[in-house]
Amino acid sequence: MLEYQFLEQVKRAFVIAKKDLRIYYKRGPVVIFGLIMPFFLFLAFSIGRNMPIEQLFTGLLGMAIFFSSMSIGPAIVPFEARSKNLERLVSAPVAVWAILIGDVVASFLYGFSISIVSLIIGLVLGVTIANALVLCLGMILAAFCFASFGVLLSAYPPTDIPSTVMMISNLVKFPLVFISGIFIPIHGWGRIIASVSPLTYFTDLVNYCTQGNCYYSVFGDFAALIGFTLLFLVVAIKIHQKTLPERLS
Amino acid sequence: MVSVETAIEVKGLTKNYEEITAVNHINFEVRKGEIFGFLGPNGAGKTTTIRILTGVIKPDSGTATIMDYSILKEPLKAKQIISVVPEMANAYIDLTAWQNLMLIGELYGVSKKKRQERAHHLLKEFKLFERRNHLARGFSKGMKQKLILCMALLTEPQVLFLDEPTSGLDVESARLIRDTIRQYNEHGATIFLSTHNMEEANQLCDRIAIINYGRIAAIDSPENLRMESSSLKSVEISFNKPVPVNELSGIPKITGAKKIGDKIRLYTDEPHSVINSLTNYARSKGLTIVSLNTLAPTLEDVFIKLIKEHRGD
Repeated sequence: MLEYQFLEQVKRAFVIAKKDLRIYYKRGPVVIFGLIMPFFLFLAFSIGRNMPIEQLFTGLLGMAIFFSSMSIGPAIVPFEARSKNLERLVSAPVAVWAILIGDVVASFLYGFSISIVSLIIGLVLGVTIANALVLCLGMILAAFCFASFGVLLSAYPPTDIPSTVMMISNLVKFPLVFISGIFIPIHGWGRIIASVSPLTYFTDLVNYCTQGNCYYSVFGDFAALIGFTLLFLVVAIKIHQKTLPERLS
Repeated sequence: MVSVETAIEVKGLTKNYEEITAVNHINFEVRKGEIFGFLGPNGAGKTTTIRILTGVIKPDSGTATIMDYSILKEPLKAKQIISVVPEMANAYIDLTAWQNLMLIGELYGVSKKKRQERAHHLLKEFKLFERRNHLARGFSKGMKQKLILCMALLTEPQVLFLDEPTSGLDVESARLIRDTIRQYNEHGATIFLSTHNMEEANQLCDRIAIINYGRIAAIDSPENLRMESSSLKSVEISFNKPVPVNELSGIPKITGAKKIGDKIRLYTDEPHSVINSLTNYARSKGLTIVSLNTLAPTLEDVFIKLIKEHRGD
């Protein structure tokens, strides 16, 4: 019975994801933003620097997956609270965790799809991928991890103003990009700071796949991404469950 | 264990918002198959109660059971058999009417065949079928409200909660919604209706609870509530010439008087005695009685009286 209920909730989470994709992601401007934003950031980092294409590719792919997976996710809950759609969802037989997983799945699918475009650009520019399976698994895990992080960012404060959440989200996102060694290899004590960012581990995996070297082990990178994902999900669900009444009041 | 005849049981329900007690230790039962009206002035606690009963917010204390399922301990089971038409329109405006209905059907686990059949039927019934592929964004308030009711009925709930369902609608749309509520109730569903509209409550409800300052002031059938307020009976009279209201209010057995247009309404619990006094008064003053009616209290009169009593006015 419990197993049936769990599977039923998982099914309903996918219904939420389908709704999110239809309403928030399948829009021309959103797709264009997802493609252009990482590309311009990539240009801002790379122009005027004499860097090997593999290193540039790591930056492009890292930013594409990081920014696209977290682009809309943080805004969905506050937006739906404001439009009173969230109240409708909460009064339906769908657990809060299923609603949030649905939001994460939609963000994951969008982030993963956008990052595939960056991957294709890299391949066209001559980047060789030594281990496609590791890269593919890494992209899946990273997109899911960053999508979960996005939903966590919308958990507090329990506001119904999307711009407030987006501002906080940007305040968190940009420092994480800088400390993750996307373009500038980080050494010494910087490594300790870098280890708190989930993006570091994805960058490390991409370096392994394109340049053959990584700071952590591949297993360590996977474990870190899974660990961060679980942490973000559990904390996001706990905080959302606690703050939902305040958000709806 | 809740009685087999009880659809909703509320015991000691309390909800505080900082220093304000929105719902204060309320108790009531709603019987299976009845239309239960929930009346109260703005801020009385109606919407908070509905939000607790539909699992949107949690109470600070007390219990609420819907068809034997505790909304606190088994919220998903309870939510599976209820539907809500909230006060604020909340269909997804970026989805079409059809997509909104399919979304709700999927969220409640209704099979594809059944949800398509039900959606087709409901959209036809509410005259939205031609607009089924249009985004809800372009719908009028009335159309949105009808769509929300369609969304609530798609899942064939055993208990339907409606929070001000006809508020701000034109007469035709309001009547269609009232007729639908009545029809759906005739098929055995329990209806919990929060409304400001006394006439609506009077026409639809088997029983009514009046809530004020978060407390239940009265629960009874509309007719019993009216009968119990005997002091609100009145005699309405008009003469061929203007008469000062204060002259009439001095007549014995009259508890209150007010001018309503060219008529004077006199409140009394003994209408017959007052009618005799009025005919004597007319004779003595050489007046002709143009019209004379005895009136039972309206639900609105009862509501106002109970709210005032409860407030301590």
